[in-house]
Amino acid sequence: MKKLMLGNEAFARGLYEAGCRIVSSYPGTPSTEITEEAAKYDEMYAEWAPNEKVAMETALGASIAGARSFCGMKHVGLNVAADPLYTAGYTGVNAGLVIAVADDQGMHSSQNEQDSRHHAIASKVPMIEPSDSGECRDFVKLAFEISEDFDTPVIVRMSTRVAHSQSIVDTEERQEHELKEYTKNPQKYVMMPAFAKGRHVFVEERMRKLTEYAETSPLNRVEISESAEFGVITNGAAYQYVKEALGDKASVLKLGMVNPMPVKLIQDFAGKYDRIIVVEELDGIIESHCHNIGVNNVEGKNIFGYIGEINQSVIADKLLGEKKESVSLDDNIPVRPPVMCAGCPHRGLFYCLKKLGVMVSGDIGCYTLGAAAPLNAIDTTICMGASISGLHGFNKARGAESEHKSVAVIGDSTFMHSGMTGLVNIAYNNSNSTVIILDNSITGMTGHQQNPTTGKNLKGDPAAAVNLEELCKAIGIKRVRVVDPYHLAETEKVIKEELSADEASVIISRRPCALLKYVKHNAPFAVDSDKCVGCKACMKLGCPAISIRDKKAVIDHTQCVGCGICKEQCKFGAIN
Amino acid sequence: METKSIMIVGVGGQGSLLASRIIGNVLLSQGYDVKVSEVHGMSQRGGSVVTYVKYGDKVYSPVIEKGEADAVISFELLEAARCLPYLKKGGKLITSTQQIDPMPVITGTAQYPENLVEKLKSAGADITAVDALSLAEQAGTSKASNVVLMGVLASKMDFPDEIWQNALEQCVPAKFLELNKKAFELGKNA
Repeated sequence: MKKLMLGNEAFARGLYEAGCRIVSSYPGTPSTEITEEAAKYDEMYAEWAPNEKVAMETALGASIAGARSFCGMKHVGLNVAADPLYTAGYTGVNAGLVIAVADDQGMHSSQNEQDSRHHAIASKVPMIEPSDSGECRDFVKLAFEISEDFDTPVIVRMSTRVAHSQSIVDTEERQEHELKEYTKNPQKYVMMPAFAKGRHVFVEERMRKLTEYAETSPLNRVEISESAEFGVITNGAAYQYVKEALGDKASVLKLGMVNPMPVKLIQDFAGKYDRIIVVEELDGIIESHCHNIGVNNVEGKNIFGYIGEINQSVIADKLLGEKKESVSLDDNIPVRPPVMCAGCPHRGLFYCLKKLGVMVSGDIGCYTLGAAAPLNAIDTTICMGASISGLHGFNKARGAESEHKSVAVIGDSTFMHSGMTGLVNIAYNNSNSTVIILDNSITGMTGHQQNPTTGKNLKGDPAAAVNLEELCKAIGIKRVRVVDPYHLAETEKVIKEELSADEASVIISRRPCALLKYVKHNAPFAVDSDKCVGCKACMKLGCPAISIRDKKAVIDHTQCVGCGICKEQCKFGAIN
Repeated sequence: METKSIMIVGVGGQGSLLASRIIGNVLLSQGYDVKVSEVHGMSQRGGSVVTYVKYGDKVYSPVIEKGEADAVISFELLEAARCLPYLKKGGKLITSTQQIDPMPVITGTAQYPENLVEKLKSAGADITAVDALSLAEQAGTSKASNVVLMGVLASKMDFPDEIWQNALEQCVPAKFLELNKKAFELGKNA
């Protein structure tokens, strides 16, 4: 049956059809929907793990147990899971193990633009890369075959465009794969030096065989055009841009297998043309490989650079000198950056932090938007969990004065992911730091995924819920307070008290995300224009529902959810 | 058939994903090759959101670049102005007249440009401006602006009405179907 599917949805379909049984992932844009879609098939067990390392170890354990298994993550998640990845490369698998990593070319929703192919090369694990939804389904099924044939995990590299574009997919029935027999085999699965040395020999031999496989694999494809003046080597989404921009003006070698890459196939293709252009997003990995195998009539990065996405216009411009006509207005069109939603519980907290003028060590999630104007409240954002451990280091460096003027902010899901180990460090190594957990009872930014604090699992069924207060106390934090960020005065008072305390403390700022379906909204507020003096105190909150018309505040009733923090700000009683 | 390109633009949270699903469904039922490219994640939080829909005999790239769109459908006026450069010469611009201030306007560091509909007209755009928000509220909820604009689009495309109705039935949850069908009709007749 033909269906229009997101790349991620087609990926999940591939998992289903391949007889995958166990799925464990951590959400991260643009990878999240693979696991959400996988959870809709009852034949697969699917879960959100607390972080990517746990997810990968879970999937590896299931593979060793004999079940075809999967874990998915975004590019930076693979850094967290790099530890199990590099050794899973040594152990290999029992039943097939497939790993999805979704790169975010153009940084639509990420803190960096790293190229995950480096991890595949460094861990000596094969990586394949689809270029549309149909290939997502096909490649995933093939990935399980490669995994079992070559005794290796297989990484499927996605990108924002492939993950979040819909195209037509032909579906097939599921092929069940019964549990494979599990046999104790320490030489293969106990990676202490004596055994790991043997496995490293195996890994190098496996890479040699995989390179041989890449020469003839259906994953790599040559498309010869008789009228071509030059050849293009490309991969992933870039293939689609190349085909659209160049049509039959170029012959194309499409690499579906990006680690290891073929040698003879590339040498033969490059031998047909004087000029070979490599069109690849981010780093010049294919181009370097060409030089390594003595193919020197290639160029690519000198034309396309290392930054952001490529598209058909860029290719047509750079390679054919063609540009499309377009018109624009003379007016300056103001940018529209993402903002915290109307009624977002994070807003009140950041308003208080800005007012107090403290240094804020930030983290990854919706609350990163607290860095944007007009709140401008965040000083640093690095990676998952870095708010807490970074604050500890900041305070160790700057001492007692800093300890009373700085906080870390971290969401509930991010705290469970890798924030709590930082809190252990604060308690254990005794810095007088103040940590604020923004508990909005969901993983927000990635589109509402459950996590270990919410009391529900991926399927929405009841699950054990971590009690954050008790957890922080068990870690060794004696001062644990809970505030409602809709109550600004109380929130500010508690933050002041904890900053002035002479020991470490945790403040849990608790209020569910305003977008959650079960959250009841109050009636929208409106401004009494007779009472409004246009002082703009309410505008300092940065609420997208409030704007100024004719020097008075107005509230957009379609956006306002009646959270009331603007009402608390208004000294003239104009908001009701 | 040569590939056709439709761009759907608006502000995160206005329902562009549903709109693109409806169009995608219509095009698929007509036997075209179809690609739809969406934006998820951070940009959805009140930022500019762009969705691309492309169809034809064979579609390669899922994205639309400047000067390539046969039609731009905008849920918000400033976003229509922002995306004007993507419109092909002679392409159609369908926009809601709704205005949502972006944060730089709210904080006072930028101005929301005035008389945008007139300016877009004089820039040569074949523009249809509709008060989609009022029509949606007339249908029962401000959230149905997206479907009102699908109605406007339907009136400019040559697909039979039943195809659009089927797409609505497949893409909209049953309990909101009647309301959305009403919004669609209001858009079609706008």
